Amino acid sequence: MDRYEIRLSGEGGQGLVLAGAILAEALGIQCGKHVAYTQSYGPESRGGGCRSDLVVSDQPIDYPICSQLDLLLCLTQKACDKYWVHLKEGGLLIVDSTRVTRLPSGSFEVCSVPILRTASVKLGREVVANMVCLGVIANLSGLIPREALQKALLERIPKGTEQINQRALEAGYGLTGALTPAMAHAPLP
Amino acid sequence: MEKMTKPVQLLQGNAACARAAIAAGCRFYGGYPISPSSEIAETMAKLLPRVGGKFIQMEDEIASLAAVIGASLAGMKAMTATSGPGFSLMQEHIGFACYTEVPCVVVDVMRGGPSTGLPTSPSQADVMQARWGTHGDHPAIALCASSPGEVYELTVRAFNLAERLRTPVILLLDEVVAHMYEKVDLGRLAGLPVEDRRKPKGAPGKLEAYAAGEDGVPAMAPFGEGYRYHVTGLAHDSRGYPTQDPAVVETTQRRLQRKVDRCRKEIVSYELLQCEDAEVIVFAYGIVAAAARQAVRQARQRGIRAGLFRAITLWPFPGEELAAAVKQAKRIVVAEMNLGQMTGEVERAVGKKKTVKTCLKANGEAITPDEIFSALQAEDACHA
Repeated sequence: MDRYEIRLSGEGGQGLVLAGAILAEALGIQCGKHVAYTQSYGPESRGGGCRSDLVVSDQPIDYPICSQLDLLLCLTQKACDKYWVHLKEGGLLIVDSTRVTRLPSGSFEVCSVPILRTASVKLGREVVANMVCLGVIANLSGLIPREALQKALLERIPKGTEQINQRALEAGYGLTGALTPAMAHAPLP
Repeated sequence: MEKMTKPVQLLQGNAACARAAIAAGCRFYGGYPISPSSEIAETMAKLLPRVGGKFIQMEDEIASLAAVIGASLAGMKAMTATSGPGFSLMQEHIGFACYTEVPCVVVDVMRGGPSTGLPTSPSQADVMQARWGTHGDHPAIALCASSPGEVYELTVRAFNLAERLRTPVILLLDEVVAHMYEKVDLGRLAGLPVEDRRKPKGAPGKLEAYAAGEDGVPAMAPFGEGYRYHVTGLAHDSRGYPTQDPAVVETTQRRLQRKVDRCRKEIVSYELLQCEDAEVIVFAYGIVAAAARQAVRQARQRGIRAGLFRAITLWPFPGEELAAAVKQAKRIVVAEMNLGQMTGEVERAVGKKKTVKTCLKANGEAITPDEIFSALQAEDACHA
């Protein structure tokens, strides 16, 4: 696999930094890929723009910050407006259907999914939206085996929250079960 | 003890720094949390008690380094970590540690400045502060890492140099490297050599604490073991007592500088990438060097003979080594996340016959490979 770039974007408090770390752990440690994971956020602990960038490759990685995105996830309209232009041709854009209503169009696939609503209504905890994201990403990209992601998740979440986080991950898979697009470009590990 | 862990782990730069500090024998951390360095304090607070060490959160950065100096005088390997605003406050005590020859490690995770600036954004604008931030003539050692794995190595090295030379050593990181995660092979790094300060051989009692041998580094007696000596930031004699005797003052000043200068070759480290036949060479450090590496590969693919000089030691400045590496090159591009702080050093080292251009950015965003690639191309474009 050559350089594959994933950006998770939204606002502070949505848990995207942790979600990125779990993805990095799954792909780097569980799947044995080279990974470089960086974050960018403002001084606010809630609100304010937030993004986390993960580069995955079979080769050592020179530069860790993304510029040509294979996969972009946006949990706010602002993030989507800001970052969609960096999507590669044939890339995948995943947005939250509640917060992102104006969708860009281009030579990339777009999946609009009720991530935040699933967390707050179905699971009763908006704070686990980040784990829902991981399920959605794993299912749509075909990039990470489910067991690898589950293991990585358990490594990185606080003790005592295993059940709710695992349920959220499964809900993410479930949300997009029927949606899985024919993703010819998505390299399988 | 820290429980046995998997050899290869996904580690953040700041966490790697803390883990390495423990491995190097650090048992005291005095600090005041500040973005983007806070994870170092957080990790030390968690790990130090498990190995019998002490963590203390002080009221500010001035007190933090004071506590570190106290702990080191009492015989512990000690460190603190901060960012630009805190680093400014620490300058007074960095000078004190230089003059009283107290080993310690100060990590500065650089963020956008001046003042409160950009608390969560990367910068490299403290490189001159690391050299000249504290007043007076003094030696300075500053190392700069480009990846979490290297943060680990350089943290251990910082402690070794501090202990060997009895001087503060500064580790400069930028926000990207500090917050970046990558796989780090702790199994391999566990074998890094660890050095300890030399203790006096004589029996406890009155001690000529600043009498040094050939290497210019006095043996260091921990307070509390019965050796009696005086420690002051005033100019002092070999027993540590204040003096204004010009001959004694001059000798000490020269010795402090010389003890570092004579180890220059061991302290200075750098990495060369495709410099042998390069026409244009990038000078970069920290995360910018990672961008430069990609830019150099891009340039080579387009037939531009480009190379990279990555400085790992920033102080003492690797001037001779840079001059040798760029001998056959026509142009040097200095890429740094500030308004050109190291550019003057580079110009001085390479001489007037070389063209020195810059690729600078000081807006809170990292320099990209494309920006360096454009700078590499620039001259060719002019000739076309």
